[in-house]
Amino acid sequence: MAAQALAARRLGRFGLVLRSSSGRVGLAGVVFFILLVTAGPLVVPLDTKADISAIYQPPSLQHPLGTDHQGRDIFSQIVHGGRGLLYVAALAGLLSTFVAVTLGSLSAYIGGRFDSLMMAVTDVVLTIPQFPLLAVLSGFIRLTSQTALAAIIGLLSWPMLLRAVRAQVLSLKEREFIEAARALGLGTGYIVFAEVLPNMLGYIVINLIFAMTSAMYSQVGLIFLGLVPLSGNNWAVMINLAWVRGAIFFRDSLCYIMSPIAAIALFQLCLVWLSRALEEVYNPRLGRGV
Amino acid sequence: MSANAPVAVEAAPAYPARWLRGAGFIAVRVLKALLTVAVVVTLTFFMIRLMPGNPIDVYIHQLIAQYGIPLAEARNLAAALFSLDLNEPLWRQYLRFLGNLTQGDLGMSFLSPGTPVSTMIGRFLPWTIFSVGTGLLLSFSLGVGLGMVLAYRRGSWFDQALSALGSVFSSVPNYLVAMLILVLFGVQWPLLPIHQMRGVLSPGMRPSLSFEFFADVLYHAALPVATYVITTVGYWMLTMKNSTLSTLEEDYVTVARARGLSDRRIVTAYVGRNASLPLFTQLTITAGFVVGGSLLIESIFVYQGIGLLLINSINQRDYPVMQGVFLLITVSVILANLLTDLVYARIDPRIRLQGSA
Repeated sequence: MAAQALAARRLGRFGLVLRSSSGRVGLAGVVFFILLVTAGPLVVPLDTKADISAIYQPPSLQHPLGTDHQGRDIFSQIVHGGRGLLYVAALAGLLSTFVAVTLGSLSAYIGGRFDSLMMAVTDVVLTIPQFPLLAVLSGFIRLTSQTALAAIIGLLSWPMLLRAVRAQVLSLKEREFIEAARALGLGTGYIVFAEVLPNMLGYIVINLIFAMTSAMYSQVGLIFLGLVPLSGNNWAVMINLAWVRGAIFFRDSLCYIMSPIAAIALFQLCLVWLSRALEEVYNPRLGRGV
Repeated sequence: MSANAPVAVEAAPAYPARWLRGAGFIAVRVLKALLTVAVVVTLTFFMIRLMPGNPIDVYIHQLIAQYGIPLAEARNLAAALFSLDLNEPLWRQYLRFLGNLTQGDLGMSFLSPGTPVSTMIGRFLPWTIFSVGTGLLLSFSLGVGLGMVLAYRRGSWFDQALSALGSVFSSVPNYLVAMLILVLFGVQWPLLPIHQMRGVLSPGMRPSLSFEFFADVLYHAALPVATYVITTVGYWMLTMKNSTLSTLEEDYVTVARARGLSDRRIVTAYVGRNASLPLFTQLTITAGFVVGGSLLIESIFVYQGIGLLLINSINQRDYPVMQGVFLLITVSVILANLLTDLVYARIDPRIRLQGSA
C-alpha cells in the first residue's frame, strides 16, 4: 500500500544521512553514547570503594581512565554518570517539542487572533534569556529531582521550534491534499495531526535533537554552578565537584576533570553532527523535505 | 483598495510615503520591545511575591526568629529593602514598584546593607558589556571574513580544516571550552598566569586614559573574550560560507561578471554585502545567548561582570539583587534585539517594507 511505499521512502531518505562523514560519525557516536549510558551500567559495576593507596592514578589496564581523589575508578563513574543527564535531556527535549509542535501547528492552522496571541507570547518568551531565567528560578525552587529539572527546562525552550513549525505548517496548509481534506469536512485536529504533521516528521526529529543539546547545555551549566544540587553519579556533578574542591588546579587530576568534560563535549558534538546531516537530507528549504 | 474607489486614486501611490513606512516600522518594533519589557518587569515582581519560597516572608520570619525583632518592625525592614510598602494591597505595591523602577530604584541588597542594587549593577555591568560586546564584534567580523574566504576556496584543505574546526567549537558548550582553557593552559602547561588574570583590573589600577589602564583591562578580559570568540566564530563562519555560496549563484552576480566588473568590486559590493545581510538578524539571538552564557564564563574566570553578580546573589539568596540583575540582563537583550532590528531595517529596505505591512 501507499503507507508502505512511504515508509520505505523515509527509510531510504534516512539512509542518505550515512552519505556524509559527519552523519556517519554523528550517528555512530550517538548510538555509542546511548548504549554506554543505558547498557553500560549493567556491565561495568560502579566502583565506590575508596582506596587511599591508589589516589589519582594514571590510566592503566585496570583503570582505563585512571582513578579519582579517593582512588576510585573514573571509567566506572563515566559509565554510570550519563544516564541521568540523558534522561533529563530527552525528557526536556520531548516536552518542548510536544508543546512547540502542538501549539505551532494549531497556531498556523487556526490563524487569526489565536495566531497573533501565540506569536506575541512566543516573542516574549524567546527574548527572555533562558539560562539566566533558569538560574534565577533555581533560587526559588529547589530542583532536587531530575524530572522537575527536565520539566522546567522543557517548558521554557519551545519558542524557536514553535516558530519553525508554524512556518512549515503555513506553507503545507496551502497544498492540495490539505485543501482536499478540508473539502471532505475532516476536523482541524485530524488534519493537523494526521495529515500535516507526518509530513514534517524529519524536521521535527532534527529539532528534537536541537532541543536535547540545548537542554543538556542548560542542565550541565546549572549543575556545574551548583544551582541544582543533584547528587550521585553524573558527569556534570563530577565537573562541579572538581571545580568546588579545586581539583582542577591540581595537575594530577587531569584525567578526573577531563573525562566528564570530554564525555559531555563529545556527546554534544555527535548530536550536532547527526542533526546537521539530517538537516541536509530533510531541510525543507532545499525543497526535498516535504 | 475597495472596488468602488474613485478611478483617480489608482494613479496615486497605493502605499504611504516612504518616511511614513519607516516610522511605522520603528513604532511597531519599539512597541513590541516595550511590551516585552513590561511583561518581564511584571514577571519578576510577582516571582518575588508569589513564588513558593516567597523571599519577603522568609526574610521577615528570619528577622523575627533570629534577632527577636517584632513583626511590625521586621516588615518595615523588609519593605525598605525591597522598596515596597507591604501594608498596601498587592496591586498598589506593583504600581509603586513600577514607579520606583522608572527612577532607577531597584531596592537594597540584603547582604551588603545600605548598598542600592542599582549601584551594584552600575559597578558590574560595564565589564560585561565590554567583554561580551568585544567578543561578539570580533567573532562576527572574523567569522564573516573567514566565511567568505571559505566560500571562494570551497573544497580546499583550508576550507575542510577550518569548517571542521568551526563545527567542533560551535557545538561544544562554551563553559566547557572555558574549563579546557583553564585546565590545559592554566594548570597542565602553565602558559597563562590564570590567578593574576582573574578580576577585571589588577589591584591598585585606577581608571585613566593611560596605556597601562587599557592594557590591564584587555589583559583581564582576554580569557572571557577569547572564549566568546572561540565558541561563536565557527557559527558565523559556516553561516557566512553558506550565505556566500547561495549569493554566488544569484543572477545579479552572473550579470555583474558579464558586465566585466572587477572581481574585487563583485566580492565587496555585490557578494559580501548581500551575503552578510541575513546574518545581522541572527546577531541578536547570539547576543542573548552570549549574555546568558556570561554567567558561566564569568564564574569560571572570576571576572566581576553582571553574570558573576547574578550567580553570587542566587547562591546567597540576595533576592533584591537577583531581581534587579535578571531584569537588567533581560532588558539589555531586548534592547540589543531592537537595535539589531532597526540597524537591519536601515541597511536592508526590503525588511522595512514587510515589517510595516
